[in-house]
Amino acid sequence: MGQIQLNQVSKSFGNVQVIPPLDLTIEDGEFCVFVGPSGCGKSTLLRLIAGLEDVTSGHIAIDGQDSTDTPPAKRGLAMVFQSYALYPHMSVRKNIAFPMRMANIDETEQNRRIEAAAKALNLTDYLDRRPGQLSGGQRQRVAIGRAIVREPAAFLFDEPLSNLDAALRVGMRLEISELHERLQTTMIYVTHDQVEAMTMADKIVVLRAGFIEQVGSPLELYHKPQNVFVAGFIGSPKMNLIEGEEAQKLGAHTIGIRPEHTDVSMTEGTWKGRVGVAEHLGSDTFIHVHDTGLADMITVRITGDISVRHGDTIYLSPQLDQLHKFDAQGLRIE
Amino acid sequence: MARAVTQQRKIINTAAAWGVGLLIFFPILWTILTSFKTEAQAISDPPVFLAFDWTLENYSVVMERSDYMRFLWNSVIIAGGSTLLGIIVAVPAAWSMAFVPSKRTKDILLWMLSTKMLPAVGVLYPIYLLFINLGLLDTRTGLVIVLMLMNLPIIVWMLYTYFKEIPGEILEAARMDGAALKEEILYVLTPMAVPGIASTVLLNFILAWNEAFWTLNLTAAKAAPLTAFIASYSSPEGLFYAKLSAASTMAIAPILILGWFSQKQLVSGLTFGAVK
Repeated sequence: MGQIQLNQVSKSFGNVQVIPPLDLTIEDGEFCVFVGPSGCGKSTLLRLIAGLEDVTSGHIAIDGQDSTDTPPAKRGLAMVFQSYALYPHMSVRKNIAFPMRMANIDETEQNRRIEAAAKALNLTDYLDRRPGQLSGGQRQRVAIGRAIVREPAAFLFDEPLSNLDAALRVGMRLEISELHERLQTTMIYVTHDQVEAMTMADKIVVLRAGFIEQVGSPLELYHKPQNVFVAGFIGSPKMNLIEGEEAQKLGAHTIGIRPEHTDVSMTEGTWKGRVGVAEHLGSDTFIHVHDTGLADMITVRITGDISVRHGDTIYLSPQLDQLHKFDAQGLRIE
Repeated sequence: MARAVTQQRKIINTAAAWGVGLLIFFPILWTILTSFKTEAQAISDPPVFLAFDWTLENYSVVMERSDYMRFLWNSVIIAGGSTLLGIIVAVPAAWSMAFVPSKRTKDILLWMLSTKMLPAVGVLYPIYLLFINLGLLDTRTGLVIVLMLMNLPIIVWMLYTYFKEIPGEILEAARMDGAALKEEILYVLTPMAVPGIASTVLLNFILAWNEAFWTLNLTAAKAAPLTAFIASYSSPEGLFYAKLSAASTMAIAPILILGWFSQKQLVSGLTFGAVK
């Protein structure tokens, strides 16, 4: 069981409030991702849940038990750090065994769990090595192994993939998702990468300056962003946000249209512009359009390849049913 | 041409380094040489460098006249005990300063260091009285405590510097893994800081071994270490340079050998954190 409840939790460092009082519930077995730009307080929030930082006010309950003042060692949570934080003086086996040693689990059971974790994480051949002799991906797997064997109430991941190269990142992303499918344990995952958030999460919490901007499933956030910030943050390439006359015509202060929800024509359409850069990915083409009079740049995404050249005149037509409208406060208008 | 210059530089640098090294080492070398001379040769003018009748007589006289092993044992106990006690006290102190610093941590560190600026003789009287009252005069226990306190600022400072280099996340990982504070320090921090702790131990052992002010002033016969052993060969019976040299050589030999074998550890420890 691993339901985690934050009740009016806030955090200040000196006079600076980094997290204003907030409420959040992470259900048992859920894969919850905290996402937001750097400095938004997502790591601090995770560290509050872990107990590595003390809350300034409010309460944290784990499995219905008030754990606000419980030290990290007693919360029954496991954490995977960005820097892996392995014990450099211990072998992989001893690293993985460490939490079980602290919990006084008998040695036969320790070995059984180590073997099982090593098998699941492809670490069997490396058990007697030191962390210094492993690659980044292997180290991260050791860190995950160390977390698994504790059989924690919940896993906490603090940007675990940001030290890995792009290819490895995609692989580890899948491994962590599969781990979640298999264990069905609560996971809280902090990242600044919205692609990681979209692909892994059951529930995404979008944070900005300590405030929760929106909580929802990846597709809820994609289809119904509650405000301009979430609209611009979730989705790649970013949503085009247009203010001014064109928005007022539709009864909004700001309208948003995703690059994939814009039709393109070389002859006619709603908006006229000039092709800037076209990025050909094979499966898709991203065209950055200038001189539309709407915004500095409008990005459109077309499935497959299209032959356009720099400077070509191009016509864009937004799919009206996919248009997002926001008021002057930046809030969504239904 | 450039190559020639660097070659020349190298020779000059090497020669200069040897020159400075020999200059520093010369008094010790001279002491060792003198210990093998007769008393007459020891004070001969002009002095003889190597061309003298080598003799071991001074050593046998010194061994006969005083109980070297007792002094040696006292030195080992006092230097070892004060270093061990210092480490036990300093590890938690340095841990808290490095990993849970408060606003005043830097001030405390400086204040601790500032105690080293006070001439020891300034507190001799109060400490002497304290020792009389507590019955610590001429006891190894008393000296262990005093030398530990004298060297504690240096031990804390050195450990603090090493601990600062250890990433805090590793200790946080230990906490998340269920380690209590004691286990965190014992199983994670200390093993990781072993090189730093080792060079701190070595340096403090050497400092305590060579400490002469307190060991001479607070001991008489029972607890007297090798410093007192050397001193006993100086003034009272007139100057016996050769015997004094033999005593000195015997006193510094153990620490010299220890230093020789651990020089790599010492140098790497003392320059630790200097270049990142």
